[in-house]
Amino acid sequence: MKPALKKAYLWLVFTFLYAPILVLVVFSFNASKSRASWEGLSLRWYIELFQDKAIMTALANTVIIAVVSAVAAAIVGTVAAVGIHNLKGWKKSFIMNVTYLPVLNPDIVIGISMMLLFIVVSFPRGLASLIIAHITFGLPYVVISVLPKLAQLDPQIFDAALDLGATPREAYMQVILPQIMPGVFTGFLLAFTMSVDDFVVSFFVTGNGVANLAISIYSMARRGINPKINAVLTLLFAAVAAMMYLIQKRMGKGVAKGAAEELR
Amino acid sequence: MTYETQPAAGHEMIRLVDVHKEFDGETVLDRINLSIAKNEFVTLLGPSGCGKTTTLRIIGGFETPTAGDVLFDGQRINDIPAYQRKVNTVFQRYALFPHLNVYDNIAFGLRIAKKDAKDIREKVTSALELVELRGFEKRSVSSLSGGQQQRVAIARAVVNEPKVLLLDEPLAALDLKLRKEMQLELKNMQKQLGITFVFVTHDQEEALTMSDTVVVMKEGVIHQIGSPISIYNEPRNIFVADFIGESVILPGTYLEHCLVTFAGQKFVCVDTDFAPGESVDVVIRPEDVDITEEPSEGALRLKVTSVVFKGVHYEMLADGEDGQEWMIHSTTMAPEGQIIGVSIKPDNIHLMKKSASLEGAAVQ
Repeated sequence: MKPALKKAYLWLVFTFLYAPILVLVVFSFNASKSRASWEGLSLRWYIELFQDKAIMTALANTVIIAVVSAVAAAIVGTVAAVGIHNLKGWKKSFIMNVTYLPVLNPDIVIGISMMLLFIVVSFPRGLASLIIAHITFGLPYVVISVLPKLAQLDPQIFDAALDLGATPREAYMQVILPQIMPGVFTGFLLAFTMSVDDFVVSFFVTGNGVANLAISIYSMARRGINPKINAVLTLLFAAVAAMMYLIQKRMGKGVAKGAAEELR
Repeated sequence: MTYETQPAAGHEMIRLVDVHKEFDGETVLDRINLSIAKNEFVTLLGPSGCGKTTTLRIIGGFETPTAGDVLFDGQRINDIPAYQRKVNTVFQRYALFPHLNVYDNIAFGLRIAKKDAKDIREKVTSALELVELRGFEKRSVSSLSGGQQQRVAIARAVVNEPKVLLLDEPLAALDLKLRKEMQLELKNMQKQLGITFVFVTHDQEEALTMSDTVVVMKEGVIHQIGSPISIYNEPRNIFVADFIGESVILPGTYLEHCLVTFAGQKFVCVDTDFAPGESVDVVIRPEDVDITEEPSEGALRLKVTSVVFKGVHYEMLADGEDGQEWMIHSTTMAPEGQIIGVSIKPDNIHLMKKSASLEGAAVQ
C-alpha cells in the first residue's frame, strides 16, 4: 500500500470514531435549538444545564455513586487480590475466572439479574442498590490491577516484616500495601470510570426516582433531543477522557518502571 | 546422638530435637539434632536442596516442623510466631522495603516495637556506623549497590539486638572480592556484637573461613558437625571428604595397629580404632601427596596426565599403575607423561569407616 493510502485509511478510522463526538461537541456550543443549522457560538446550553435541577441532582448522584462504589471496590478488591494471590493451583485459577467473569458478562445480564436479586431479597431500590451494583462490576477491575503488583513483589519482604516483629496485619498495612498502592489506585480509577459510564445496570437496579446522569439523559432524550444533552454529554466525554488519560499515564509509568527494574 | 558429639560450648542458645520436615509428603529434614551455643558462629553447609535453608526458616519461625522440637534458650518455641521470636534474619536477596529509605528500613523493627524516637535515632545511627553507611540515611534503597544493600539488610536486623542472627546465603549475590571482604567483616561484627550467628551457605571455603562450627548437610541429613579444622582434616564420610575441599578417596584395608594397605602398597597411618582386616575408605588431600626426587624413592609410582598452573601451586592429575587417578597439589612441577614417585606422611592418611551408602554413614 502506498503511504498516502495508509494515511487516508487511518484518517477514515479516526473520522468514524471521533466525528460523532466532534459534532456533539460543536453543537453543544450552538446558539440555536436546531440540530441542523449553526447559528453562532454560545454557552447558552451550558448555562441552562447548570440551572436544570434534575440534571444537577443526577450529576450529584453520579459523583456520589462513583466515589463511594470505587472506594469500596478498591478496598474489597485489594483484599480479594491478596487472598487470590496467596491461593495455589486450581483454586487460584477458579477464583480468578469467577472474578473476571463480570468483566465479560453483558451489562444487561448483570443489570437484570441484580434487579431480580434486589426484588427477591426485598432490598429497597434507590441510591443504595445503585452503589452495591456499581461495587459489584467495579470489583474485578481492581483485582485485575492489583494482582500483577502482588506478583511483582519480592515474596521475602513479607517474611522480612514478620522477622522484624510486625504482626501479619502490620506487615500488610505497612509493607505490602504501600508497594501495591499504584495498582490499587489504577483499579480505583477504572472502577470510577466504569461507574460514571454505566447506564444499563443502573437503569435496571434503580428505583424511587433516583437517577444518575446516564438515566436522566436517557429519559430526557425520549422527550426529544434537547441541546442541553449535547452540553452534558460533552462534559461527560471530557471527564471520561481525562480519567482515561490519567489511567494511561499511570499504567505507562508502571510498565516503564517494571522494565527498568528488569534491566538492572 | 549428634548432641553428644558436640562439645558443651557454654550456654546453649538454640537446640533442635529430632526436627523433621515434610513438604507434600516429601522429607526435607530427616530428624535433625543440633545444638547452637551462645556467641557461636555456626554455618549450615551443603549443596542446594540439602535442607539448610529450611533449617534456618524453622529457627526463624517461617516454617513449622512436621515433628520434633525447637528450643530457644531452653524454651520450646514451636508455636511462637516469627514476629515474637528474638531472632532476626538477613535474607538472601536482602528483602529491603523499597518504599522506605535507608533510615526508615533500619528503623522499621524499632518502630514496630514502639521505641521512643530518641532511642530509635541513637540505635539506627550506631547500626549505620557498624555497617559503615553513615550519611546514607536519606538514600532510597534502590539507588544502592548490592554490597550497600547487603549492609542495610544487616543493619536492619542487628539494630533490634537479637540474641541470634540468621543469615541466609547473604553473600551469594556479591562478586568474589566483595564477598571475601564481607566474610571478614561479618566475622568481626559477630565478635563485636557478641551474638550467635547461624549462617547458611553452599560455599565450603566461606564456611571454613568464618565459622566456629560447621554443620555439613545433605538431603535433609546432618553428616558432620565440627570445627572447620576437624571437618577438613577428619571428614567422617566420603560425602564430607568430597564436599569439603579436593580429595582423593581410595578403597583400602586396615591390616593391624597403624598399618593400612591401599593402591597395592602398605602404608603407616595414625588411626588405631579399626579392626584388623576391616575395609576402609582412605582420604588423601592433594596437598599432602609429596613428590619424591627420584621415582624409585616413592611409595607409589604415578604417570602425570595433566598439569594446570594455579598460582601458588600446580594442580596435577596422575594415574597409578592400578588405574587409580590421583590429584596432586605441589609447588614442584612434573611435566605431562613423566613418571613420578610419591610418598604420603602417616598423619596425612585419613581413614574412614567404609560406608555402603552415604545415608548409613550420616550422623545418627
